[in-house]
Amino acid sequence: MPVTTSGSRSILICSGKGGVGKTTLTANLGIALARQGVRTAVLDADFGLRNLDLLLGLENRIVYTAQEVLSGSCRLDQALVKHKQEPNLALLPAGNPRMLEWLKPEDMQTIVGMLRESFDVVLIDCPAGIEDGFKNAAGAAEEAIVITTPEVSAVRDADRVIGLLNTRGIKPIQLVLNRVRPKMMANQEMLAVDDVTDILALPLLGLVLEDEQVIVSTNRGEPLTLNGSSSPAAQAYNNIARRVCGEDVPLIDPAKVRRGLRAKIGRLMHTKIF
Amino acid sequence: MTLRDFVNKLLGRQPASATTAKQRLQLVLAHDRSDLNPELLEQMRREILEVVSRYVEIDIEEGDVSLETEDRVTALVANLPIRRTKPLPAEAEESDPVWSASQA
Repeated sequence: MPVTTSGSRSILICSGKGGVGKTTLTANLGIALARQGVRTAVLDADFGLRNLDLLLGLENRIVYTAQEVLSGSCRLDQALVKHKQEPNLALLPAGNPRMLEWLKPEDMQTIVGMLRESFDVVLIDCPAGIEDGFKNAAGAAEEAIVITTPEVSAVRDADRVIGLLNTRGIKPIQLVLNRVRPKMMANQEMLAVDDVTDILALPLLGLVLEDEQVIVSTNRGEPLTLNGSSSPAAQAYNNIARRVCGEDVPLIDPAKVRRGLRAKIGRLMHTKIF
Repeated sequence: MTLRDFVNKLLGRQPASATTAKQRLQLVLAHDRSDLNPELLEQMRREILEVVSRYVEIDIEEGDVSLETEDRVTALVANLPIRRTKPLPAEAEESDPVWSASQA
């Protein structure tokens, strides 16, 4: 069991399937929380294929990593990379992929325990899959956010992960539905929001619409939440951060995103007739 | 069924893919969650039918044993139409224990 540091939270961000938006959510949620005055640490637990540094634009400022902290060759504060624009956010970079050979769940618990002493929230960016990397990361978390897209493969993998999180007693487990396309949903060519929440039986923490700005922001290494962008995804990430802090923010309705006659017909076609 | 599904049916078009996706997911997740592969399920189905048919005459063709899942709880659902109840093999069953008791 992870060490409980009063008031501090450790939240695992996981999905099972790769490429559904774990790291993007970690980066944007981290920045959004920090902007709300929450002292936030983001931990890249994906030692094999690390990317969180890149999405945060901190890749050139890494000196030490979690590996040196664990081996005692540097202090935690030396390894932490503080975000220049958003000093409430710090990244603890993933170590060398060779770390995977000896890393144990206890090591992750040690690291997260240390982070929780000086931060209000620790976000753990989990690697894809359900193998050792996942187990190490999950062992250090008390809460989890599962992110998925409305695709059968992503939902199936999310279900596996939720099962594993449940057996570990991690709670609450909340769901973020990513890359929602309102038009496809209206045409019933994409799983509906309710379909996904019914199947996975998790409360919805946020809905993120498909948004090209996400790609633009990752190109620049500047998360959307950093510069007060008003793009749909930025709003979604900001709302998720507010909900994580306990604020009651209503969810967007993908059907209402679209206006006009076509959208109206689309909604009509959605009506259950029997 | 939604209005779109109905229109599609009228026009002889394929149903919207979201419906198919949901159905396929529900089925595959029921199997994932119970960790039963189709082979094991088939074996279980055969054994359940065998046990039940000792007591009642069932319609094997119509008989169906499947996994259903709701709210992360998976249930094994057997739907076995009964043709008629068999006469109880009560006499034979009763005489057996007496016989084995006397042997002991």
